[in-house]
Amino acid sequence: MNTLKSISIKGMFVAFLVSVSSMLLADELNLRPGVTEISRSVYDLHNLILLICVVIGVVVYGVMFISMYFHRKSRGHEAAQFDDNHTLEIAWTVIPTLILVGMFIPSYGVLKEIYNTDNAEMTVEVRGYQWKWQYKYVDEDYNNSFSFFSNLATPRAQIKNRQVKTETYLLEVDEPLRIPANRKVKFLVTAEDVIHAWWVPDFGIKRDAVPGIINELWAIVPEPGTYRGQCTELCGKDHGFMPIVVEVLPEREFDLWYQDKVAEKIALDQSTKTQTDTEFLTVSSGG
Amino acid sequence: MSEVVHTDHHDEHDHGPEKGLLRWLYTTNHKDIGTLYLWFSFLMLFIGGALALVIRTELFQPGLQFIEPAFFNQMTTNHGLIMVFGAIMPAFVGLANWLIPMQVGAPDMALPRMNNLSFWILPFAFGMMISTFFMDGGGPNFGWTFYAPLSTTYGPPSTTYFIFAVHLMGASSIMGSINIIATILNMRAPGMTLMKMPLFVWTWLITAFLLIAVMPVLAGAVTMMLFDIHFGTSFFNAAGGGDPVMFQHIFWFFGHPEVYIMILPAFGIVSHILPAFARKPLFGYTSMVWAVASIAVLSFVVWAHHMFTVGMPLFGQAFFMGATMVIAIPTGVKVFNWIATMWRGSMTFETPMLFAVAFVILFTMGGFSGLMLAIVPADYQYHDTYFVVAHFHYVLVPGALFSIIAAVYFWFPKWTGKMYNESLGKLHFWLSFIGVNITFFPQHFSGLAGMPRRIPDYALQFADFNMISSVGAFIFGFSQLFFLYVLINGIRSGKAADGLSWEGAKGLEWTLPSPAPYHSFTQPPKVS
Amino acid sequence: MASAAGPDQSVYYVPAQGWYPVWLAFGFMLLVTGFASVLNMQKTGGSADWTQSLIGFAIVAFVFFRWFAKVIQENAEGYNNAQLKKSYVWGMGWFIFSEVMFFAAFFGALFYVRMWVVPWLGGEGSKGIVGDYLYPEFEATWPVVSNPNPEIFENPGQSMAPPTLGSAWLTYLPFMNTVILLSSSVTVHMAHMAINTQERGKLAGWLGFTVLLGIIFLGLQVFEYYEAYAHMGLTLSSGIYGSTFFILTGFHGFHVTMGTVILLIQFFRVLKGHFKEHDCFGFESASWYWHFVDVVWVGLFIFVYVL
Ligand code: HEA
Ligand code: HEA
Ligand code: CUA
Ligand SMILES: [Cu+2]
Repeated sequence: MNTLKSISIKGMFVAFLVSVSSMLLADELNLRPGVTEISRSVYDLHNLILLICVVIGVVVYGVMFISMYFHRKSRGHEAAQFDDNHTLEIAWTVIPTLILVGMFIPSYGVLKEIYNTDNAEMTVEVRGYQWKWQYKYVDEDYNNSFSFFSNLATPRAQIKNRQVKTETYLLEVDEPLRIPANRKVKFLVTAEDVIHAWWVPDFGIKRDAVPGIINELWAIVPEPGTYRGQCTELCGKDHGFMPIVVEVLPEREFDLWYQDKVAEKIALDQSTKTQTDTEFLTVSSGG
Repeated sequence: MSEVVHTDHHDEHDHGPEKGLLRWLYTTNHKDIGTLYLWFSFLMLFIGGALALVIRTELFQPGLQFIEPAFFNQMTTNHGLIMVFGAIMPAFVGLANWLIPMQVGAPDMALPRMNNLSFWILPFAFGMMISTFFMDGGGPNFGWTFYAPLSTTYGPPSTTYFIFAVHLMGASSIMGSINIIATILNMRAPGMTLMKMPLFVWTWLITAFLLIAVMPVLAGAVTMMLFDIHFGTSFFNAAGGGDPVMFQHIFWFFGHPEVYIMILPAFGIVSHILPAFARKPLFGYTSMVWAVASIAVLSFVVWAHHMFTVGMPLFGQAFFMGATMVIAIPTGVKVFNWIATMWRGSMTFETPMLFAVAFVILFTMGGFSGLMLAIVPADYQYHDTYFVVAHFHYVLVPGALFSIIAAVYFWFPKWTGKMYNESLGKLHFWLSFIGVNITFFPQHFSGLAGMPRRIPDYALQFADFNMISSVGAFIFGFSQLFFLYVLINGIRSGKAADGLSWEGAKGLEWTLPSPAPYHSFTQPPKVS
Repeated sequence: MASAAGPDQSVYYVPAQGWYPVWLAFGFMLLVTGFASVLNMQKTGGSADWTQSLIGFAIVAFVFFRWFAKVIQENAEGYNNAQLKKSYVWGMGWFIFSEVMFFAAFFGALFYVRMWVVPWLGGEGSKGIVGDYLYPEFEATWPVVSNPNPEIFENPGQSMAPPTLGSAWLTYLPFMNTVILLSSSVTVHMAHMAINTQERGKLAGWLGFTVLLGIIFLGLQVFEYYEAYAHMGLTLSSGIYGSTFFILTGFHGFHVTMGTVILLIQFFRVLKGHFKEHDCFGFESASWYWHFVDVVWVGLFIFVYVL
């Protein structure tokens, strides 16, 4: 019975150490570093705090397990009767305080950086709808701005398990948000109906999209590529089905795409306009 | 049902209760009411747990297998609500009812009839809430945090019933707390000064204060919702000059103290069990009391750490980050005190002790992840992912729930006069301990990998973690059914227990015979 | 032992089991579910059926009546020793604290809106971009007489703001109400003094006068609401100003109504000869409640009307 006990206690300890160290070692178990400067600082911050917690944990649990192992009645240990010790008590109030101050300072540094939305080179309005995103490229000049919706592209058959799920299952859209690499892009995040949240883990940014309110967010992405995220605020039935896909294009490529988009929009505007014009004409001549 | 005009003459005090159903409906006895609370919360644990198992079943694999997204949201919402308001809180109130009069040397609670009212409101309130499942448009589906405007403009029609159910639960909690405070402040045995009170009593005194301070604020929040829905106001609508985020401020002003309401009595329980099985006095009694008080005070100024992503001004973010981190200090003091209590003791590990030790270990883990969440830039990555789910289940399940289970085992002999079967108890512990970790540890990983909360279906990279978690959930759920068996087995065929059921137990309740007499202390004992 | 000398004062009286609590809980349930279904019906344009909530209300009122009568009777028979009376005092004190926190939620909403939300919507402060981008027309003023989106929330024509200082204040209705309510605090205190000296006539007089003041206050408030709805265009749905105004004054008014009813019941008890010197918990708690309602009004007057 005793050996059983000590085995299980040791087992608990070992299991804890294994799980924690595996978390630190194996990349796929940890937070992702992401691709922006911000996301990397957040990643470092995360590792720092996690490490501090693990160290404190090892000390705290270590003392605890030593006590549970040696100070057992079954080992004939007699109970001491002390019930306070002022030096100790002061120490374990002051030391954690210092540790916390040590955590606060770098955290505040990163936070301030995240809040600095100055000097953005372009602005995109991100608007959440039940259950899709709308991206609007904002420009003073109406003819230089345009917008489109971004819907889930995963077929229903995959969701209903009637078709094999592809690798980007639930993380794919019909038209992704496109932004240029290396430029500071400002996002104005808002919503149409209920609260959503716009999150791209690899950029290290997340902000709630609140109807009637604007939140500001920014990113500079050095590497072109496709980055995926999800809505992270419960927004009703299809909350799980409104992914975010951002395609970061090399600057030149982006500018070309942008011009195309603007031209497309102007053409569309014109055609709807002429259409209504002709309609008007037919109606009036008919009458 | 003729009116009971005869009053309870004290020479009848030793007579037992009346028989039958009416005893439970009409009772004014703190033990009866405590029993009602405890069984009610156990039932709610099973219902809330069954909903959790539905969630875990759906999340076993990617794809929609069993339920539709709209129903999934109702599961999540009601799981959270039922566990918080139906299982954990009533269980603590039940323990308070059973234990506080015995621990302070009182004959009963201060206001026995109101005590009965506090309990009986609950079945009606939860009846209302659960009945919404069967209404047109379904039950509440906006998360246990019911953020506006999802719960106002976009809520199902049953929201109105939900709002009134919350009002009733609030009234029940407030009356229960008033009763507890009056009992503690007014009915202590002569000689029991405040700083001689058992820690469970202390923690409940402070918890009751928190409840009276924040439940009305919750009532205010749902009242504003009611007005936004039915009377055209615009509290949570920017078009009329309000703000959806204001709802969150008000909700979390209630909500954060609420989570400490679910942990402070647990601290008290553990502070009784550890010394009893270490056979050593509690280390640092005074600092324990101060720590609980500081946690309670701090809990009023940290609420916005649930809202780091709503877009508060920088100063606000920094303030709430700092204030939240400070809570680690008094909580640390408690953890260290517990360990110092165990240090150089003469420990045995009966079931209550096992649960209490597991509490200290796993609650601390939950505390660590809480601290990580408090770091604002990092919270941008964690917020509304399974990392948060992992955090709060660590503090709530092996935290609050384990402490309740520990308390049930610890005081079981005092309540029933019988001893549960120790081997079965230990088996229950190991199943629960293993189950809980299999369920919730992998959720840290799925969270860090980026899985959002409250989704019925997920991307493929989260599949393994979810499968493990679902298996764990069934192990854990099964072991709670086993708990029910252990209890019934103990009540039916347990060995008779002594008055002092545990060698190292201290406190007035252990001076009473087991089972404790119907009226605890008809004449107040003297405390030196 | 319960002897001719009456109950033993050294024993804390634990009442026997009774039917009031369960029935009260049941009554509450009927009341609120009935009300909920009425609200839902009205919202969908159906015809509302009040029967169930009225039954619920009747049960609640009946049980309350019997319950309080029972407590009064027990006290008269001498069951309540000094310690038990103290429990009642603690109970009432903490109940009032919970009411304070209930109002705190609404005051909190008012402060938050005025200090942050309205400026942001108007393009000021750290989140001024909200206003600049979404509501370029909207200007941050308090009272908000022109809403961010007047198409959804119709603008109130006028607010309840006070006239500039001067003799006009004497006819400023909220000011009159302040005077009335403050006086009623004094009169209820006079009644309390009269209990301690057992001058029954004075007691009944002051208490009756207090009730009267309460009723006048309520009458004036009803008039104010009527004016708001009929002539000022200020309603619950006229944006955040109307919302905060009506919820704060409305719940306060509801509390005044409750307080008046409670005081009225105390008045009838006075006529029946209740309340002895230093044994008048029913009266005292009613008067504490009244003072509390008064203090809340002062807060309202300052923050809702004047500032
Ligand atoms: C019993 C309930 C309980 C308890 C006790 C706690 C305790 C804590 N919680 Fe938790 N929390 C919840 C229940 C609880 N929480 C719930 C339910 C939610 C989610 C709600 C929802 O959205 O649905 C939540 C969410 C939540 C968030 C929001 C996350 C998000 O949504 O993005 C945050 C952020 O700061 C947080 C922080 C903390 C902190 C700092 C503590 C601290 O009190 C922990 C302190 C303890 C320790 C730190 C460990 C012991 C200390 C030592 C050994 C000393 C030395 C240590 C150091 C110096 C590091 N919690
Ligand atoms: C307060 C305490 C508490 C407790 C004890 C639990 C217990 C459990 N919780 Fe939960 N949980 C919350 C509070 C709690 N939870 C909250 C507040 C939320 C947030 C809700 C929200 O997002 O709004 C949440 C959310 C939540 C989620 C996230 C859902 C989502 O985001 O979509 C998950 C997923 O795994 C989960 C799982 C579990 C599991 C497996 C258990 C297990 O411990 C349960 C174990 C099971 C049992 C004890 C039942 C045993 C029953 C049987 C074996 C069947 C027999 C049935 C009958 C007889 C009827 N919980
Ligand atoms: Cu949109 Cu969740
Ligand atoms: Cu919190």
